[in-house]
Order: sequence, then C-alpha cells, then structure tokens
Amino acid sequence: MLPTLSGRIQTRLFLLAVVGGLITLIIVPVLPGSAPLGDKYRDGFLVLASVAVLGVLWELLYHFLMQWRWEKDWPTFFGLATGVNEGLLVWLLLSAGAIPGIVGHVGGAAFIIQFSLIWLAVWVVANGPMRVPFIRWRFNGGRLV
Amino acid sequence: MATDASADQAREAPTIQAQIQAGPTGGGDLTEELLKSDTWTDAMVAAAGIPMVDMPFVTVGGGMGSFITVDYLRIAGVGTDKMRVLSDIDHPWQTYEYLTRVSQIPRPARIRSDSASRPDNIWGFPSYALSEAIHDRTLAPLRQVLFEPTWADFYTPRANQVFTGIEREAKRIGYFDMLVKGQVRMVRKRQGGGYFTILTPPDAKPARRVAYRSQFVHLAIGYPGLKYLPELQAFRTENQDFYHVVSAYEDHEHIYDRLKVKHSVVLIRGGGIVSSRVLQRLMDDRADNKLDTEIVHLFRTYINGSHGPGPWMRRRGGNGFAYQGFNYPKSVWGGQLKAKMRRLEGEQRATEYKLMGGTNTPWRRSWQRQMNEGRGAGWYRVLAGTVEGMKVREDGMVVSHVKTVNGLLEIAADFVIDCTGLEADISEHRVLADLLEHSGAGRNPVGRLDVERTFELRGTGSAPGTIYASGAATLGGYFPGVDTFLGLQIAAQEITDDLARRGFCPKIGPVRSTSQWLRWARNRQP
Repeated sequence: MLPTLSGRIQTRLFLLAVVGGLITLIIVPVLPGSAPLGDKYRDGFLVLASVAVLGVLWELLYHFLMQWRWEKDWPTFFGLATGVNEGLLVWLLLSAGAIPGIVGHVGGAAFIIQFSLIWLAVWVVANGPMRVPFIRWRFNGGRLV
Repeated sequence: MATDASADQAREAPTIQAQIQAGPTGGGDLTEELLKSDTWTDAMVAAAGIPMVDMPFVTVGGGMGSFITVDYLRIAGVGTDKMRVLSDIDHPWQTYEYLTRVSQIPRPARIRSDSASRPDNIWGFPSYALSEAIHDRTLAPLRQVLFEPTWADFYTPRANQVFTGIEREAKRIGYFDMLVKGQVRMVRKRQGGGYFTILTPPDAKPARRVAYRSQFVHLAIGYPGLKYLPELQAFRTENQDFYHVVSAYEDHEHIYDRLKVKHSVVLIRGGGIVSSRVLQRLMDDRADNKLDTEIVHLFRTYINGSHGPGPWMRRRGGNGFAYQGFNYPKSVWGGQLKAKMRRLEGEQRATEYKLMGGTNTPWRRSWQRQMNEGRGAGWYRVLAGTVEGMKVREDGMVVSHVKTVNGLLEIAADFVIDCTGLEADISEHRVLADLLEHSGAGRNPVGRLDVERTFELRGTGSAPGTIYASGAATLGGYFPGVDTFLGLQIAAQEITDDLARRGFCPKIGPVRSTSQWLRWARNRQP
C-alpha cells in the first residue's frame, strides 16, 4: 500500500514518462508562446525530464523525512503539496537558464499550465487507477520491476 | 490425487454428490489406523468407508481469508468447479460481522480499516471513500482521505458498506456454488501426493465423513480461539457468573440495557481498539440517555506519551493509550516495514514484531473530546496495574484487587468488560493441532504457523501438492499484517502467484487485471 524508496522512484519515472508524456504531447500545441511547434515540444519535454531527474533527488529528501514518521508513510496531501516546492525549483532553474537544451523562452503561464496538469494527473493516477493494470504494484512497495 | 484428469472429472460431474463414492467396507468414520497414520493411502480411506471427492483446491475456513483467496483465484481464471470452500458458516463475513457487532461496531458504524483495503475488490480501486462519495453524492469522504491523518482522522468505511460489497462480490464470483457446509476435522498427507481433508457434513449422510482429495489445501481458520485473562476465567468458573464479568467479544448488550435503568460502575480492561469502542458506546449512551454511569479504565501497560526505541521509531501515546491509525504501522502493507520484515529471520523478526506491536488504538477527535470531558467531570477514571484477584461483594459488586505502583487497590464495579482480546494458542484449534502433530507443520518465531514468503505452510509439502495458510494463525511470518483485509489480499496474491508458477492458474498480468476490473465494475462474473 505504501511505497518504498525504490518504488517511489520507479513509479514517479514511469508515471511522468507515460502520463506526463501524454499530457505534454497533447497540450504543448495550445500552450501560450510564439515559438515554432518543434521548439515548444522540445522545451516541453525538457521541462518534463527536469521534473523527473530532480524528482529522484526530492525522493531522497522525502524518504529521509519519512523516517521520523512512525507509520513510515507519506500522506496523500503531501504527495499533492510537494508539487509546489518541486515546481518552484524547476522554474527557478529554468529562469536561471540552468536546464540544458532549452531552445526558446518558456513563459510562466505555459510552465504553470504544463506542470500543474502533469502533477495533478500523476498524483491522481498514483492514488488509484494505477492499481487496475498493476495488481502487484501497491503490495510491492510501488515497484514495477 | 487431484491431477488434471481428476480436475476434468470434477468439471464434468454435475454435483459433488455424484462424485462421492461410498466405501465398500467401513462405517464411514475415522478408523484407528487413519487417526494414527501421518500419511494416508487411498485404500485406507476407502477401507474406512469414507467417500472421496476429487477437487484440485480446497480452502478450509470459509471466512474472510477463504473468500479473498478464492476471489483472487476466480479472477485469475480458476473455475468454480475446481475449488471448494469447506466451512461451518453460511457466508464469508458472518464471523467478522458477529465480532464487530458485539465489540460495538454495528453496521452503520465505521470499522478500523483503510479506504483502499477492500476485500470485495482486489484492486482497491475505487476506494471505499470514492465509492461512498459517489453513492452519497458528497465530497466529504474524499476530503477526509486528502487530509488524513494530519488534519483529519483516518477515513474508515462503514461496516455496512464492507458487508454489502462482499456479498455482491461473493455472488459475482459464484462463491456460494463452491461452499460446502460442514466441520473440517483434519488435513492429512496422501501417499502419492496431495492431501485428504476430512469434512463432517451437517447432515452426516450417507457417511459420517467425506474426504476431499486435493492437490492444494488452503487454511484460513481465523483466530484459533479467544483466551480470557486467568483471573477473569477463574472468577467466571468459580462463581458461574457470566452476567457481571464479560468479554467484549461476547454479546454483552445486557450491560448497556442495565446501565439505562440503574446507576452503575463499569470497569474496562485493555487499551486496544475494542476498549475504545466499548468506551465510546458507554460514553455515547451516557450522553444520549443522560445517564450517570461511572467508568474505570484499567491498563496493564500505561502509555503516557510518545514511546519507542529512538527518534526514527517513535509512536504517539497518552492517557494510557498507544496511538496508531490501524493495527499496524501503515508501511507494513507494502512500504519500508514490509520490505524489512521480508528479510528477517528468527529472533530478529520476533524482536521487530515486538517493536511495532503492542496494544494500540487510533487517536480520534470525537473519542478524545468525550474522554477529556469524562476526566474533567470525574466519571471517567484511568488506572494502571494488574489484577491479583476478583470476588463478589455482599452488595453484588465485583471487586477487583489491583496491584499498582502505589500499592494494592480495590475497585468495585457492577460490570467488568474484558477488552484485552487475548488469543489462544494455535494448538487449541483441532485442525491446526492435527497439522502440528501429523503433517510436519511448525511454529514461527512468535509461536504461530510457520509459513514461507509464498504462504506455503513449511514442512507440509506433499509433492506435487502444497498447503497454504493465511490469516491470524500465521502471524509472525515474513509479512506482519496477516490478520487484516489488506494482509489477506497480500497473502492471496502470493498464493495465487505461487499456484500460477505450479501451473494451477494463469498469472494475472496487466491485460487480464484490467479486463477483470472492468468485469468487476459491471458486476459481471469473472
């Protein structure tokens, strides 16, 4: 029911790739910004990749914090609310030009729309529908392999 | 032996009765030879006149453990003609409902279980909270799940929602077609492989026993039995008084009725969830009926604050109670503790069980409010100590002699409710005692049935047959939460996967899982 560290990382990467990838694919054309579609896609997927890479590091911190909890759990709300700190970090790095490969300018509105939608969708899927195809997932600490 | 051929026979046979072949000679009862032999031959059973039924898989118990296991197997693709549930109860939730009802969780009340622990839905989706939100057209359950446990109590489903869900699922999977009523007497190894499970049917005709000859046996017999505190047992035996001194797991409605007509003192013993429930009932009745009931709560182990071996393992507590949302820390059902326990053996595992164990109850806002009110007004008092003896006073009050750190105290009460919920040794159960004696079953580091990570009962193999066990009788194994809904599902999943490896059923993959979930959602049979 509750994931282990490796399960959290695996789930995060899987859901960001599948759910996040799908959302990115769908919404990039309608995101604000005047760059060519190819550049917008490139930047959109780089933002998604940044969330995934940085997320692995965030998981290490969350795991450390969890050790102070008797249940060794991570309440549902925390999973939603950590989108704020994670989103802010990606935005700061993006603004500082620290995310390699970005070709255009990712506007604040475009970033907020893409990040929020992905975060919300991943959180919703992880809290229920994920269990439908992957029957062993929740009992295996969130590990997929 | 239930080979593929015999399984085919079972599918072709119209009824079980049609498969029963009466023995040629014996009277249909267990013979001395059978009772003494660890391994039986077909000829021995036939000579005793015990009819045999070939059935590839039998589950013994017929409660929640059996139901959840056959639910998994049905969803994996096993037909109802290949499994039988041998049970002395009529429906899987019968014993559970009895125990919850008498321990003060009637159908409208909420049980202590997580939103995603659905015995009627192996996926746990939609969760109970989501189902309740849809059914009742309210966002309140979802809001509670979102903010639990930090800003709201843990969401827990109503008993009624649980039972009606199980009833629906039992009908969907054809559970009642697999149910065979009777008392299971024993399971013995069969020479040549597999097992005989001896059932005594209620009508006991045409023979006194029936032998189920199977490749696989699953045991889910529940709690071996209830054990009373020694001084309570002595008091009840000596005074033949089952009125003033009761166990919370027995029907004790007469106490609540009596309190409504006479001022009384009630002594509660124990600090677990049942004591909280009984306490809530007493406090609710007191408030609703404007009673002046006095409650004395006796803890053997008094918890006065957060406790544990270190900052990384510290549980909340206070006013006598150890607080925990569910009966185990949440991470035993898949998280860090599950992973950790799976690696531990022997003494290390027993030590870890002690660390996470101990009696506990949830911290609930309404209970805290009621108890604080009672403490303030003086009608709810808490004590820590052990009872050295009990006797009846001339005025009919039951006096408990309690040894405390401040010396010996006498507590006089009209009623004593034992909420300690001690469980009997596994050898108290006849089927388990027989397995320990004759079939090579052993005990784990905490004294219960020793099972593998796959829930195979160690030492009982009868190739190519296997005995599995799940539920409370296996507490102490590589997975701690065995006596919970999720624990039974975890066991059922391990058993189903192991049976798939042995070729009994297909392994449930993502495609089958999804298609079966869709069937579940439309209430279509698997």
